[in-house]
Amino acid sequence: MKKIAALLALAVLVVAQSASAQTLKTVKDRGILNCGSNGTLAGFGLPDAQGNWTGLDVDLCRAIAAAIFNDPKKVKFVPLSAKDRFTALQSGEVDVLARNTTWTSSRDTSLGLNFTGVNYYDGQGFVVRKALKVNSALELNGASICVQQGTTTELNLTDYFRSHNMQMKSVTFATANEAVKAYDAGRCDAYTSDASALYAERLRLANANDHIILPEIISKEPLGPMVRQGDDQWFDIVKWTLFAMLNAEELNVTSKNVDEAAKSDNPEIKRLLGTEGNFGEQLGLTKDWVVRIVKLVGNYGESFERNVGQGSPLKIDRGLNRLWNKGGIQYAPPVR
Amino acid sequence: MSMSDEGELAIANMGFVRREQLPPQPPPRRMTGPIGWVRENLLSTPLNIVLTILVALLLAWVIPEIVNFLFIDAVWTGMDRDACREVVQHREIGACWPFVWERLPYFIYGSYPGPERWRVDVFFALLAVAVVWTLWLGAPRRDIGMVYAFVLMPVASFILLHGFEVIGLPVVDTVLWGGVLVTIVVASVGIVASLPLGILLALGRRSHMPAVRLFSTIFIEFVRGVPLVTVLFMASVMLPLFVPDNFEPDKLLRALIGIALFASAYMAEVVRAGLQAIPKGQFEGAMAVGLTYWQRMRLIILPQALKTTIPNIVNNYVALFKDTTLVFIVGIFDLLRTIEVARIDPKWAAPVTSTTGYAVAAIFYLVFCYGMSRYARAVETRLAQSDRR
Repeated sequence: MKKIAALLALAVLVVAQSASAQTLKTVKDRGILNCGSNGTLAGFGLPDAQGNWTGLDVDLCRAIAAAIFNDPKKVKFVPLSAKDRFTALQSGEVDVLARNTTWTSSRDTSLGLNFTGVNYYDGQGFVVRKALKVNSALELNGASICVQQGTTTELNLTDYFRSHNMQMKSVTFATANEAVKAYDAGRCDAYTSDASALYAERLRLANANDHIILPEIISKEPLGPMVRQGDDQWFDIVKWTLFAMLNAEELNVTSKNVDEAAKSDNPEIKRLLGTEGNFGEQLGLTKDWVVRIVKLVGNYGESFERNVGQGSPLKIDRGLNRLWNKGGIQYAPPVR
Repeated sequence: MSMSDEGELAIANMGFVRREQLPPQPPPRRMTGPIGWVRENLLSTPLNIVLTILVALLLAWVIPEIVNFLFIDAVWTGMDRDACREVVQHREIGACWPFVWERLPYFIYGSYPGPERWRVDVFFALLAVAVVWTLWLGAPRRDIGMVYAFVLMPVASFILLHGFEVIGLPVVDTVLWGGVLVTIVVASVGIVASLPLGILLALGRRSHMPAVRLFSTIFIEFVRGVPLVTVLFMASVMLPLFVPDNFEPDKLLRALIGIALFASAYMAEVVRAGLQAIPKGQFEGAMAVGLTYWQRMRLIILPQALKTTIPNIVNNYVALFKDTTLVFIVGIFDLLRTIEVARIDPKWAAPVTSTTGYAVAAIFYLVFCYGMSRYARAVETRLAQSDRR
């Protein structure tokens, strides 16, 4: 049995290796980027009423397509479940995986895949009724908490209460939907999930304004895009697409002012937008690759506000995802 | 004195005797009409009376709830989630129809590009013609209808839906297909492919040629021994690992093949049951008049076998129609999946949104499955007339 498993793993690796070389060339020849995404997570990857995909993860794939093809529509979104997302990337079915995947050591080391960065710092939080007059998760001693079964969420919850010597009663449900319904019906005092999901779930409650999301984040969930190991050029392209969007925000280059910004005298903007140097060509792209990204998709801040922030129904606070110079931890190395 | 005279005398002595028969009385009012029907069908035995009361209570409990939710408390117009929230509207809220209305194109076409959606409409029209032409007994030239439905229509539909650059139809990747379109495509391919394949497999399993029999048996038992989810998962996730990089079989095609093979294995067992119900004399009689194997099967055996198995065949079809929802496992957006996606949309996030979406799915599947079973009942009744002669 072990031998068979080892052989299968070897086969997967061999195939993955052969599939990973020259991804940029493959994508260019194909004329379209294959992007594995969620498809069922509001704000990150979800088709809208016309069937067009929208979301923060989706925008990252659109930005890569914009950089390569100068056309953000040249992306084929492949909806992937949590189970088969890694296999899909390993097998070459998708070129990049942008599906709210938490960066962990085991995923980074044992799958033959690499994380290229963090496009959203998430973490597990709690939502409670305002009437409960609780302002901190540390005041939840003795509370009953609705949670989805068999997730890391459930484990984090237990860990958190144990490490703070607090008691709680977890009420588990097979799906997030059921857990939210139960919380809304008053079965539990609080509901816990990843903070990004909490904002979306809260809208589905009978009266969203009666509930608050507590400030404590009890786990680290850095979400980032993944590529296959063994193709450093492609790894760099995906990594620097995100950095380009972050740098553009830092330098106040937006989709609206990018054309004027290209005429700017600021050397940092000049290097970013390719009017000075050839940083795009070093990546295997064109000099104006960042202009394409920002013009067609927007900078990180624009994408964030449009999909999950104040411009969306979710209205998630930027929090940790603010730029480093505005109190967050989003930080991109400079282009030079 | 003759015998008749004696009789006359006897009658004359008896005062009054009716000479002709009384006209028949109508049956008592309590035994006919609606009252009679109720007494006979609903209240015939104590057990029946108890059951009737229980069912009536159940209906009285369920139906008002459903009517309330779907119609009376329902919201009919609105721009976003606020229209369907109790705290905003200050009234009981039922189904949120503006959500369905806005998302209806997505439920029908999925992500199929807007300017090309007329192609899907034409496909639905072609399919409707095919269904009516082949299934309605009064339709003219049903032989041409069969050719149309099983040869012309599938080819035309494929060209239409997938696209064909040469005649100016841009290719639409199957990843973009979704909603009712996918459900109908998957179900009709499964339904159309499974009957002929199933018949061949059933005949194969009863064949006297060991190789054919062994192959059929192994295929049927293997496929039936594995859940459909596994078949789809293997086809979708494992297959790409073992084929060359640039050769990427289409995801929808993989699912279609998986479902067709799966359905035909089940169909084979249904047909085999029908074959076993045919008396041996039918086989021997057919042989005696000198028919070849295929003639025997086509003219004598299969018509009888299929007739006896119609309920089971339709049962299989109904199950298959609902099983198509499993394609969501491999990332294909069938109707149910598009509804699941839509209900997550924060624009319409409200407590009733999910329920409304699932109600739409329930109505859709109910209409189609009930339609199939009604048609099958009609066919059964018609065929049964020949047995009653």
